[in-house]
Amino acid sequence: MVPVTYTLHLADNALILGHRNSEWTGHGPILEQDIAISNIALDLVGQARNLYQYAAKTINENPSYFTKERWGEAEVTEDTLAYLREEREFKNCLLVEQPNGDWAQTILRQFFFSAFQYYFYQQLQNSSDTQLSAIAEKSLKETTYHLRWSSEWVIRLGDGTEESHRRMLKAIDQLWMYTGELFVPSPYEQQAFEQGFGVDVAGLKKPWTEKIQSIFEQATLTMPLNA
Amino acid sequence: MDTSIPHIDTAITPSTPVEEKRIWSLLADVYDPEVPILSIVDLGIVRKVEVPDDLNHWISITITPTYSGCPAMDVIAMNIRFSLLTNGYKKVHISTVLSPAWTTEWMSDAGKQKLKAYGIAPPNSQQSVCHPGAFQEDEAIQCPRCNSYHTTMISRFGSTACKALYKCLDCREPFDYFKCH
Repeated sequence: MVPVTYTLHLADNALILGHRNSEWTGHGPILEQDIAISNIALDLVGQARNLYQYAAKTINENPSYFTKERWGEAEVTEDTLAYLREEREFKNCLLVEQPNGDWAQTILRQFFFSAFQYYFYQQLQNSSDTQLSAIAEKSLKETTYHLRWSSEWVIRLGDGTEESHRRMLKAIDQLWMYTGELFVPSPYEQQAFEQGFGVDVAGLKKPWTEKIQSIFEQATLTMPLNA
Repeated sequence: MDTSIPHIDTAITPSTPVEEKRIWSLLADVYDPEVPILSIVDLGIVRKVEVPDDLNHWISITITPTYSGCPAMDVIAMNIRFSLLTNGYKKVHISTVLSPAWTTEWMSDAGKQKLKAYGIAPPNSQQSVCHPGAFQEDEAIQCPRCNSYHTTMISRFGSTACKALYKCLDCREPFDYFKCH
């Protein structure tokens, strides 16, 4: 099997979160953090481009994989995949498409997802697919920096003023329900894992939860009970 | 960190064929559009130059991005093509690799000196950003103007993906730091 669906899933996650973050550009709470969230958006869109380019190449090399009725005769490019699919064809997790809300909600969404990507890309580096492995190796360095930045902001807001603490609690209420999906493999993720090019996402739940727990403690925030 | 990857300066040896040396020297005149004092060779983003014995065949140049989303890559590829074309090399194939991932360790010493002279603090040798720990102490960054180590970070992100924003507590000047990666 060629990893097209799986690659699109990873690309869609990165594109949608990158796009959401980019909505802050020019509207950030202060200049430095406007620039920070825009830089993170740029990294994520860059990761998405690498993934879409790879998916497009794979589709073109395996024309039977997606039928001509779907894509026509023209060569598929990264833009075909990013711009010309219907919204129901996107395979991103629900977390990344949640609205920006206030700064607390944006920060917490980034923290949850960066922590996930951090463990995910570590594993994907061992993919039997050399291009997915290369993209993981490249992306991990950027994700590490995002995780550090978003962890610091979770602590700063959680352990900040009464208002920032209250807003973080609200963000947890709004976003926590979308985190479970990250660790429940869809059939194509399960297949990708079994065939050696994908990651066992169920196995990431433990390190992810420990990471969240540790930062929440520093932030004086409480983990939801169903964690 | 895979230290077995040769520094790009060592890619040119006395036995390097003349034509390949000429291409390397042309590439050393292609600059990063976002940090215009650094050439792409200084940055370490040219990974390989392959020159066929017969120049009617394709020359192959391999580059690697500094960051996944670096918007300069397309411009850099175009400028490479333009430079080689104006010097008579018509068949040039440029490809991008992601692995091994680019690191500031590939930046040449000449490049680091140019950065400092330009007012940007060059990357420290320690790979401090490769750790996700929150609020961990970083190695002190030297002010590129007054050389003081009495500096503080303003923001983890700066004007481009590869930089962070700092301030000198002695001369009071803010400055960009080309962060370790």
